[in-house]
Amino acid sequence: MISQIFILSSKGDHLIYKDFRGEESKDAINVFYEMVTALSGNQPPVVMSHKGLNFIHIRQGGLYWVASTNTNPSPFTIIEFLNRLAALTKDYCGSLSEKSVRMNFALIYELLDEMVDFGYIQTTSTDILKNFIQTEAVSSKPFSLFDLSNVGLFGAETQQSKVAPSVAASRPIMSSRGEQGGKNEIFVDVIERLSVVIGSKGVLMKADIQGEIRIKCFLPTCSEMRIGLNEELSIGKSELKGYSSAVRVDECRFHQAVKLDEFDTFRILKVCPSQGEQTVMQYQLCDELPCAPPFQLFPSVEKDYVNRVLIFLKLRCDLPPKSTALNVSITVPVPKGSTSMSQELSSPDQTAELQPKNKALLWEIPRFPGGAQLSALFKVDVPGLSSASLLEVGPVSMSFELPKQTCTGLQIRFLRLSPTQTGLSQRWVRYVTHSDSYTIRI
Amino acid sequence: MPYYGSEETVKELKRALSNPHVQADRLRYRNYITKVIRYMTQGLDVSSLFMDMVKASATVDIVQKKLVYLYMCTYASENPELVLLAINTLRKDCADPNPMVRGLALKNMCNFRMPGMIEYIEQPIVAGLRDKASYVRRVAVLGCAKLHNLQPYTEIDGSIVNELYALLRDQDPVVVVNCLRALEEILKDEGGVVINKPIAHHLLNRLKDLDSWAQSEVLTFLLRYRPRSDDELFDILSLLDTFLQSSHAHVAVSTLRLFLNLASAHPAVQADALLRTSAPLLATCSAASRELRFAGLCHVQQVMRSQPGLFATHYKRFFCEYSEPSYIKFRKMEILEELVNDENVSLVLEELRSYCTDVSPELAQAAIAAIGRIARTYSEKCLDILTGLLALKQDHITSAVIQTFRDLVWFCPQSTAAVCQTVEAGVDGLQDSEGKQALLWLLGEHGDQMGSAPYVMEGYIDGLKTELSSTVKMELLTAAVKMFLCRPAETQDMLGRLLHYCIEEESDVCVRDRALLYYRLLQRGVEETRKVVNGPKSDPSMSVLTGRQGEPISEWASTFNTLGPLAGRDSCPQTDLISAADQPSNSAEEELLPGSEDVTLSSPDDTEEEISLSLGAPLSHESFEKMWLDLEILHRQALGVSRPRTAPDTLQASLQLVKIQTLAFTPGDTVPWKAYIYTRSSGTLILAELLQGDPQAPGTDESLVLSVKQQPVNQHAIRRFVSVLKSVLQTLDVDTS
Repeated sequence: MISQIFILSSKGDHLIYKDFRGEESKDAINVFYEMVTALSGNQPPVVMSHKGLNFIHIRQGGLYWVASTNTNPSPFTIIEFLNRLAALTKDYCGSLSEKSVRMNFALIYELLDEMVDFGYIQTTSTDILKNFIQTEAVSSKPFSLFDLSNVGLFGAETQQSKVAPSVAASRPIMSSRGEQGGKNEIFVDVIERLSVVIGSKGVLMKADIQGEIRIKCFLPTCSEMRIGLNEELSIGKSELKGYSSAVRVDECRFHQAVKLDEFDTFRILKVCPSQGEQTVMQYQLCDELPCAPPFQLFPSVEKDYVNRVLIFLKLRCDLPPKSTALNVSITVPVPKGSTSMSQELSSPDQTAELQPKNKALLWEIPRFPGGAQLSALFKVDVPGLSSASLLEVGPVSMSFELPKQTCTGLQIRFLRLSPTQTGLSQRWVRYVTHSDSYTIRI
Repeated sequence: MPYYGSEETVKELKRALSNPHVQADRLRYRNYITKVIRYMTQGLDVSSLFMDMVKASATVDIVQKKLVYLYMCTYASENPELVLLAINTLRKDCADPNPMVRGLALKNMCNFRMPGMIEYIEQPIVAGLRDKASYVRRVAVLGCAKLHNLQPYTEIDGSIVNELYALLRDQDPVVVVNCLRALEEILKDEGGVVINKPIAHHLLNRLKDLDSWAQSEVLTFLLRYRPRSDDELFDILSLLDTFLQSSHAHVAVSTLRLFLNLASAHPAVQADALLRTSAPLLATCSAASRELRFAGLCHVQQVMRSQPGLFATHYKRFFCEYSEPSYIKFRKMEILEELVNDENVSLVLEELRSYCTDVSPELAQAAIAAIGRIARTYSEKCLDILTGLLALKQDHITSAVIQTFRDLVWFCPQSTAAVCQTVEAGVDGLQDSEGKQALLWLLGEHGDQMGSAPYVMEGYIDGLKTELSSTVKMELLTAAVKMFLCRPAETQDMLGRLLHYCIEEESDVCVRDRALLYYRLLQRGVEETRKVVNGPKSDPSMSVLTGRQGEPISEWASTFNTLGPLAGRDSCPQTDLISAADQPSNSAEEELLPGSEDVTLSSPDDTEEEISLSLGAPLSHESFEKMWLDLEILHRQALGVSRPRTAPDTLQASLQLVKIQTLAFTPGDTVPWKAYIYTRSSGTLILAELLQGDPQAPGTDESLVLSVKQQPVNQHAIRRFVSVLKSVLQTLDVDTS
């Protein structure tokens, strides 16, 4: 049972406030904000309580999404509900930011009014909500559709050589009457999150992949859609079909609306997508990486002369030659007390800086083609350097994005809408792998 | 934009809203209303526009209607007489052919939260319960709860309750769940909605039609139901089986909770359920949402209290990720520490080692403390790592390592030699008082094994004048005296200087007194001093506790899937470090008073005066029932008075006066008459049952029989409770007879 829901900006401005039960005063917002900003790093901040009122909050899009309650509900329910609220807000407003929430506050109030009554969750399904939501979204226009960094971000396999600009999916689902109207699009994204630890000798110590198939549907009405996955996909440890080429996941879970009658034999998911974003399948693969780890690092750390550490990093990208990693950033912890750094990088688009506050150096590479090898030399000045200080260098952590790549090898063979609708609908399939955590020990 | 010229803004809005040109233009009109709502959210007082907004509610534009209703709900209680103007429009809307309009009007009418509204909304609600459209029924059902909330002390309308029970069979799943919610609120004083066998089975059968939110809520309601037989139980469990693997974490966890609860008599079933939910639980631990991750981790910790081995093979899932916030990292470290076994110890230690150089000193210290705790079982590997960390020569790391050493030596004496060797090899640069205290304690306690110990200590004695912390000074005194006892020749001179300084020049009274105490003690002779000062150097009994015993699942099942596991609690790693640190350093004081423990433990009569009863947080019916069933009767006695003939309210009030809470009692003259009461007292919870006229219990015809259960046991508190209760009942008895 939820007493109040409010959305605050990171500076504490009240963006949305709705009191469902009239039990608590509006001061709760200020109490919450004081508490959340007074937190030191090691307190568990998800749940806080003040005089019998519990605050449960999440952070998304730089905003605080808070539910308050004076009962003791299931934390999973409230957290997932807040996540869902944020997702719906994103669906309806196009993007999630302080600006979009401010501009669409009437819409969000309307949403909240239909989603929750007297503190009880009524429905969060877009299919039902769309019948009740009348307000139209005001979308904040992107700066330019031809923002260069976005071109070629996602490939679309079903439509040869056509590329959907990445902003295409970040528009409000309801704006069919607006200028972008008439675009009946459906996006199917295969998103994998990679979590890897590589030991000091290049040994793979941990590799987990969390994946999901997400549909973002802009079709006002959609009949059944069939998503064909790799036929050789096998699930579970024991079950292996054929020889080497099998694509394997440990376990998978489906959205409850997914029909699985053809899944066992043909690996076809049948679903009637509702408008907006939804995750139809989640899967995971643990302790195994079917492909080579995307990056290998060959570091050497030396003490130069008196007060200087030489860090030489050679980074190899083991992706297939045609693919590219984007927004690669490498964080290397450096000894405490490092004052300045000089670097030698191999191309001008790379940047590197020393962040004394985090005692780390950050090396950023906007594009990293597969099969390439880049190297960089950093000279870090550390007054009072001792040989033990070299132990403080490492472990290196990386973050990157691999468009058109799935590490498990999961692919979407086909995407069919049945009965076939008039040629208006466009179907997009996009693959992307994010690094959740990619750590390389030195 | 928001605050300046607030009065001007309101006036301007008022002018615009009452402008007929604006009213004629739908979009402009709506725009101004939107503005009003925007200001309202930002905290500006726009209540003076109420009249204009009421006018704006009479429109066909649903968006505008919704906005106006939002406004009216916020300011209704401040303008009760103006709300009545809107009532007519609302009641008219309640009969609109469009179900959306009907529902909207009804919902908002109930949301006004003014007692004066009751007479207007009762009829539309009753009509709404029978509406064709499920949307309106949903609203009407919750409207019943809102209605009850407006007048909480009036009698419950039996016909509405019956209607709601009937609506549990509604076609629309949300109506069903709303009925449960409404009944729960209306019948709160009677213990909430009754889940009997037909209702429970009906709900179980409908479960798959519900959406995930409703599922987890119904699962929580079902916690209340007890199957009659094992056959029924297993039927229910097999129905629930599919929900254990639900893709929604909250459904899976709610189902698990229900499983654990229902199968409390079948540990094998519980274990199986835990095993099968371990996958969804682990998945939440690596969910994209940080908050969900945290909730998952907290619940994994709970499960591990009973099944420490369940997640052992998945230990890598608990490796910290670079970008995670520290509150998640702390939890993961706590879990990692417990998952250590012979196979994974080296990998886990390597992982923890990499956290020790983290940017955040708190995280680094917690990682070091975690390694220290693992060292109680795997001392050799951990000591290597800890020694290696000392070489980094970073203040916070060195301090944490020394504190860890001290705790390790205390719990695990066999590592003493290795620790002493490391400490002797050189520890310097300790800045914080915690670290200094730990080092001094090690020097004092194990000075005989470290050749250079007196010289290190001399450094501290020489630097005494610049030392600010009095606790460090006290530790120094204790350590120096201990050192003197084992190495008198090297220490005598510096101990003299130390005592002289502390007695003559020290301004802190505690330090001075401690110095005087040692001085006088030493005057009594060395042997005498040795007897007092030298206590045990370690606590071997603690090392037995390293292997964690599996707690029964019932210990935590009641708080599973509640906020409890997530809220700040005892195992915040920082406090853990400190509380462990307190033990050895306090030991010095305890040793000074031989037998002090006995004194505190056995003072039978003194404390009885102190014990008082308190109400504390109210206890729910379920938790009372659960505890009552779990606990043994500690005390049974005939009170010698018969049951009070007063009105139930009087009995409840008079018990409350002496801080005894009444949970439930049988009404009127029913035989047997029973009452369940509870109270709290100095850390214990006392549950009691009063019984009269039970045919199965002889001797209860005349007088009340009291049975008491308690957790944890405290006989004094029981005695106190019985005497208080007896005097109340006697007083009541006298009053009525």
